[in-house]
Amino acid sequence: MSSGPYLLEVQALKTYFYTFYGVARAVDDVSLQLAPGEVLGLVGESGCGKSVTAQSILRLIPEPPGRIVHGRILFDGHDILAIPMDEMRSIRGKRISMIFQEPMSSLNPVYTIGDQIGEMFSLHRGSSKRESLDRAVDMLRKVQIPAPERRVHEYPHQLSGGMRQRAMIAMALACNPEILIADEPTTALDVTVQAQILNLMMQLRRDYETAIILITHDLGVIAETATRVVVMYAGKVAEEASTPVIFEDPKHPYTVGLLRSIPKLGERSQGQETRLSEIPGMVPGLLDLPNGCTFHPRCPEVMGICREQMPDLFGVGQGRLVRCWLYGR
Amino acid sequence: MKAGEVEALLDVQNLKVHFPIKKGLFSKTVGHVYAVDGVSLTLRKGETLGLVGESGCGKTTAGLAILRLIRPTSGTVIYDGKEITRMAGAELRPLRRDLQMIFQDPYSSLNPRMTVNQILSDPMDIHGLYPGGARRERIAFLLEKVGLSPEHGRRYPHEFSGGQRQRIGIARALALNPQVIVGDEPVSALDVSIRAQILNLLLDLQREFDLSYIIVAHDLAVVEYICNRIAVMYLGKIVENALYRDLYTNPKHPYTQALLSAVPIPDPKKVKKRLILEGDVPSPIQPPSGCHFHPRCPYRMEICDRKDPALKDVGGGHEVSCFLY
Repeated sequence: MSSGPYLLEVQALKTYFYTFYGVARAVDDVSLQLAPGEVLGLVGESGCGKSVTAQSILRLIPEPPGRIVHGRILFDGHDILAIPMDEMRSIRGKRISMIFQEPMSSLNPVYTIGDQIGEMFSLHRGSSKRESLDRAVDMLRKVQIPAPERRVHEYPHQLSGGMRQRAMIAMALACNPEILIADEPTTALDVTVQAQILNLMMQLRRDYETAIILITHDLGVIAETATRVVVMYAGKVAEEASTPVIFEDPKHPYTVGLLRSIPKLGERSQGQETRLSEIPGMVPGLLDLPNGCTFHPRCPEVMGICREQMPDLFGVGQGRLVRCWLYGR
Repeated sequence: MKAGEVEALLDVQNLKVHFPIKKGLFSKTVGHVYAVDGVSLTLRKGETLGLVGESGCGKTTAGLAILRLIRPTSGTVIYDGKEITRMAGAELRPLRRDLQMIFQDPYSSLNPRMTVNQILSDPMDIHGLYPGGARRERIAFLLEKVGLSPEHGRRYPHEFSGGQRQRIGIARALALNPQVIVGDEPVSALDVSIRAQILNLLLDLQREFDLSYIIVAHDLAVVEYICNRIAVMYLGKIVENALYRDLYTNPKHPYTQALLSAVPIPDPKKVKKRLILEGDVPSPIQPPSGCHFHPRCPYRMEICDRKDPALKDVGGGHEVSCFLY
């Protein structure tokens, strides 16, 4: 891919955690690009580094034990890892904002919804209290919360899970950010509410051209929303491709295994009485990673070299990248 | 029960579980949570029944009440010809051998201070089974059946991954040679790549030990993969009950249709027409009048907020509770 005008470029990011038991390389040499208006899906299982990558972009890594030890994150031409913290604060929430998995623990229980959304306006725009509250009501209306004039005075515990997640989205989008990072935004929600929230996010993306980084373990959510997919495994990018391509023709044995191991709705009912194929073994711990390719103990196509050396990300055309010895050397 | 049917192993009729809400100094009952509000089900030998629905629909409570881990408010549960609804204390003990449970969270459902050997021994101690040397053999057998090795028995739960812990939970459920196992969201807490392992394990064990399962889950694709018959719950009631093939290819109830259409499909080529429901599931403390689903139903009619539709067979054992039929 030619180096187009990216909104955000993560270059060779390494975020390590220095624990009593050793160094956990949570994010180990990850590079990503995000174009304006794009929805980049970040997929992987627990411990693969997808959330830590997102937290690194906003510099929310708790230090210690964590530390960004290497890499650059270019936003609008500047390395935001190098700017002072107070400058970072003016980017956070205003130009890059984030929504989290658990809306109950990411909203402050002792402030009303209106106070918390309004703070975005008073902090970043210098609005008065009255004005902030009015705009908070507008935001709640935009995310389709019924009776926003009443809800704005309520506390988080008075809202249902779906409404809390909407309130979070309202807060994240209050200042019209250029980038929205959504970390498992619908995992804690029921499917019918998940459909509402995803619909809302995609609608807001169309209306405001916000670029989205969507972090999830749910390949169904990715297939329906993302334009491009990055699959992570044990702190590294395993594969990257556009969404139709990765589902049609996955290359990395991990991606292949993952796609084959999930039950697909309607498949058995339509007569395909197939047994799910399993990926053997388990997700490795970050303190105890296998040598060579970290996927090799679970890989059905393992070769001699896989046990010794970590493969690079090989380009296989059309902007596709695969970290596997089957595709280069 | 309908004529000509194989006798049910478990027969649940009009099961209700209402939790009182108590307030004030004298714990006055100020209302009830209508968690399960008239559920009827049958489970045949060797069958897998799925109970699906969204959070708060009462599926877990129904599972617990069927196993008699909580006391139902009313209704009957008949297991193997015996009514077990009103049993208490020692009467229930032999039942516990036959009816077992697998829990959702493999972290909190295993005692962290016991080794795997102790965890698996406990139920056998209580029931006085496999004494002496037979015990060790039995534990080795169980561990092997769930894909672990006898050496794992000396370890503690924290030394295992989530998938392995779920295997230990399954071994514990198998320890007493049960007839029925209720699995409450058995794979939802596991990593995606591990779920297939556990689902396949459950299928293999069912075949080998002739088990009957009730699987409580919210993931419709998972339920489709392992269940023969599926009951969809909404606010304490069953709205549809059908064989898996009928339910997925020909869903009748508007709620089932919405639920199925809301599931994201991991295939970008299959663009679905989506039926998006408005609003959230109402509180089971004050369920809506008439059909509980009517405030969110795209097809609601005049009758729906006045009368509660009964579960009706619309052909081939496909039951729906909706005035459209």
